[in-house]
Amino acid sequence: MRYAPVNLGRWVLWGTTVVVFAVAPLVFTSSFALTLLTQMGSFIIFALSYNMLLGQGGMLSFGHAVYSGLGAYIAVHALNLIGKGTVVFPVTLLPLVGGLAGMVFGILFGYVTTRRAGTTFALISLGIGEMVFACVLMFPGFFGGEAGVSTNRVVGKPILGISYGPALQVYYLVAVWCFLSMVAMFALTQTPLGRMANAVRDNPERAEFVGYDTQKVRFLQLVLSAFFAGVSGALSCINFEIVSAENVSAIRSGGVLIATFIGGVPFFFGPILGAIVFIFFVAALSGFTKAWLLYLGLFFVLMVLYAPGGLASLVMMQIPVLRARRFGALLLPYAAAAGAAALAMAGLIGVTEMVYHLSDVSGGTLMTLAGMEFDAKSGVPWAISVSLLVLGLISLHFATRYLARRWAEIKTA
Amino acid sequence: MEFFLVQLLNGISYGLLLFMLSSGLTLVFSLMGVLNFAHASFYMLGAYFAFQVSSEIGFWPALVIAPVLVGLIGMGVERFGLRKVHRFGHVAELLFTFGLAYLIDEAVHLVWGRSAVDYRVPPDLDGPLFSIFTSQYPMYRGFMMLVSVAMLVSIWLALTRTRIGLVIQAALTHPQTVEALGHNVPRVFMLVFGGGAALAGLAGVIGGNAFVTEPGMAASVGPIIFVTVVVGGMGSLAGAFIASLLIGCLQTFAVSLDWPIFGLKLSQVAPVLPYLLMVLLLIVRPKGLMGTREG
Amino acid sequence: MNAALQLKDVHKSFGSTKIINGVSLEVRAGERHAIIGPNGAGKSTLYNLISGRFPVSSGKIFLGEEDITGLKPFQINRKGLSRSFQVTNIFHNLSVYENIRCAVLWPAGHHYSFWRRVGGLREVKRRAEETMERIGLAKRRDVPAGVLTYAEQRALEIGITIAGGAGVVLLDEPTAGMSRTETAHAVQLIREVTVGKTLVMVEHDMGVIFDLADRISVLVYGEIIATGAPAEIRANRAVQEAYLGTLHHA
Repeated sequence: MRYAPVNLGRWVLWGTTVVVFAVAPLVFTSSFALTLLTQMGSFIIFALSYNMLLGQGGMLSFGHAVYSGLGAYIAVHALNLIGKGTVVFPVTLLPLVGGLAGMVFGILFGYVTTRRAGTTFALISLGIGEMVFACVLMFPGFFGGEAGVSTNRVVGKPILGISYGPALQVYYLVAVWCFLSMVAMFALTQTPLGRMANAVRDNPERAEFVGYDTQKVRFLQLVLSAFFAGVSGALSCINFEIVSAENVSAIRSGGVLIATFIGGVPFFFGPILGAIVFIFFVAALSGFTKAWLLYLGLFFVLMVLYAPGGLASLVMMQIPVLRARRFGALLLPYAAAAGAAALAMAGLIGVTEMVYHLSDVSGGTLMTLAGMEFDAKSGVPWAISVSLLVLGLISLHFATRYLARRWAEIKTA
Repeated sequence: MEFFLVQLLNGISYGLLLFMLSSGLTLVFSLMGVLNFAHASFYMLGAYFAFQVSSEIGFWPALVIAPVLVGLIGMGVERFGLRKVHRFGHVAELLFTFGLAYLIDEAVHLVWGRSAVDYRVPPDLDGPLFSIFTSQYPMYRGFMMLVSVAMLVSIWLALTRTRIGLVIQAALTHPQTVEALGHNVPRVFMLVFGGGAALAGLAGVIGGNAFVTEPGMAASVGPIIFVTVVVGGMGSLAGAFIASLLIGCLQTFAVSLDWPIFGLKLSQVAPVLPYLLMVLLLIVRPKGLMGTREG
Repeated sequence: MNAALQLKDVHKSFGSTKIINGVSLEVRAGERHAIIGPNGAGKSTLYNLISGRFPVSSGKIFLGEEDITGLKPFQINRKGLSRSFQVTNIFHNLSVYENIRCAVLWPAGHHYSFWRRVGGLREVKRRAEETMERIGLAKRRDVPAGVLTYAEQRALEIGITIAGGAGVVLLDEPTAGMSRTETAHAVQLIREVTVGKTLVMVEHDMGVIFDLADRISVLVYGEIIATGAPAEIRANRAVQEAYLGTLHHA
């Protein structure tokens, strides 16, 4: 798999990224948008670090939040020490502290986890994640118990006007670290270790037979990945000014897994895409419906079944077609499939929201959806939703057949 | 002495429950190479279905109906989901079952709400079985052990004495050969996966009322099962058995003791112990107690 | 004459099944040594023992003067022994060039470095390109290995095996499944790339064997029943009974 954008001029792409990062808050000016952008920035680092394990090293981890979370805890204590004046250290470089902490834990836990590969590795990572989570709750002295440890990111005098009080300044801090981390992680893929990590992923046995200790390769890859996870943890600490057990939870680990996979594991930019989509999904959708986790789970499962290369693979699939100027032939099938999917989704949302509403016995049976008010217990909305769902699924079946036929035509012609 | 015996019996009954779960997981893993991340979710479904059926019909029908329902769901999952993902490799299969676990968890939230449901031990089983010194040992625990042992013995018999059992055993290592001999291996896979799910469902029926039936139960018992399987050694039933009893007793004893450790009580440290055991074992013996197959 | 590779009374059992039953073998430095035998004789197992994939049940294996019994595959490889596989064992997602480069990185001394750009390593590049030329895949440089034809993959398999510059090369049925012309090419390739090295080769194609081998050892039911020059082996009674009588000839 190529880990570079295909023939699009590397400098153009990196340059565009810088511009996008710099300009984004000027385009999306609401404070809600700004918090989203900042979260996306640190989550991008987190997801990219996760893909160092999965996409590049072939290691599926269910406990990656351990490194980002512990990095965050170390960072928050460091920040509090800076605030009290016990230590002099620029807040701007705090992510480095988080990164080093993550790296230390990577060495500690990595030694145990990388002794096995494959499914066993995945389960061990889960076990370590649960263990760390349980420990965090057991030692409230250091970890602050359920409430966590809070901090203040505005410490000392502003340097060059930067105090990190305003959210905009935090955004740019995150953006700079995000860009630097992206460059660093991309550069790592071009090193002997990065290349051998790919080889170990593809064929660990053969990698041994060309002189490489696969366990050591995996171990080093994990340690480096844990560094960047720690960086993202520290940035999260600065942004939210609180670190709690949630930062090392299985939920967080699961979240980065889902985000990276949805974005696309085989491509370097996949996790970037996935991080953006995921944060958007979580932040935007969770405000609208209580069933957002169900929708996310469904989306994830559908991706595993039908597009295991993620959104990135769907994007990359179009490129040869675009270059051959045959994309026009796909417009109608795509529109048909999109329409059918929309129908099915409308039906699904209707059914799900109604069930959710009914199961919550305290709220009564009246509800609003898409601006319409109706009684969730009456037959009419059920009939409409179910028929939309069924109709949508049937037409989706035919639309995807049509799309597949058109694709086959384009490939052979 | 009394305390020790009571807790030992409790630990064994919990350990047997864990073995019901980890054996199903190990069987599916040994046969199909896929670790079913949603196994604990099937356990949860078993408990919730049993609750529903118990409230409407009764406990004894639930004992049969709930596992069958879960088994059917398991077969459906294999037929329409897992089979599709099979060609993408083991990582994709694991991710599929991971997403499935998420979905089942949310679906349970959806239908039964976020708080625990009142799934109780049936009155005819709710009483003392025998006395150990001054404590009464509950009948239901004895019932649990009985069901666990009966189920496991019948599975062992089915695998070693029936024809389908032999086919399954053969397909464990040589699926293509078995298929070439005319057996419908995909159907065998579907049956085994469904069987594993039903086993987990049964564990849910008997465990859900002894412990609590709430939406977080899959997330709390799941990691313990995986740790059990890793400690016992991936793919080894005997290892899973030893590990289940070990961890069952470890948990039970730790939770009820207040010995001081690092300024905390043992009962507070208890949640971490299975994971610590796993880490220590991995350092000393990476293959697990009796590991055979690498994931 | 010194032995590049030596096996001393090697036994291997899987459970209660004995596969290798007391094999002693001496491969002289610089020679081309073939191992033949009927299917199930244990040839692949022998390779797996030598290259460290499986541990021996008893006995010793020496690479030159060094005892390599019980070492891990990567340790044995670093001491200068390289093997190919009967079932093509390449890095499917990497390109032809990247496949070969992987085999060059460790011998070129770059180990686990994550501070150097691999594209800028000139010596690595030179060696990888040179190997690609020798195996005739230079034109397919950027093609993902999984997409190559079978014969191309077998050539790549050989390429990965020799790219690191190992002194002792083990080839496991390198011409399996090839047509007449492809086999002829492969034989020429093997002859060229093993100049100055010690070659041990498992093969079924007797034409290839008699063309390439300096000496032949015959493995039957886990035991070596004869070792010698091709003409001796052809004339050997026991070998004829056990094996040659049932084979296709050149």
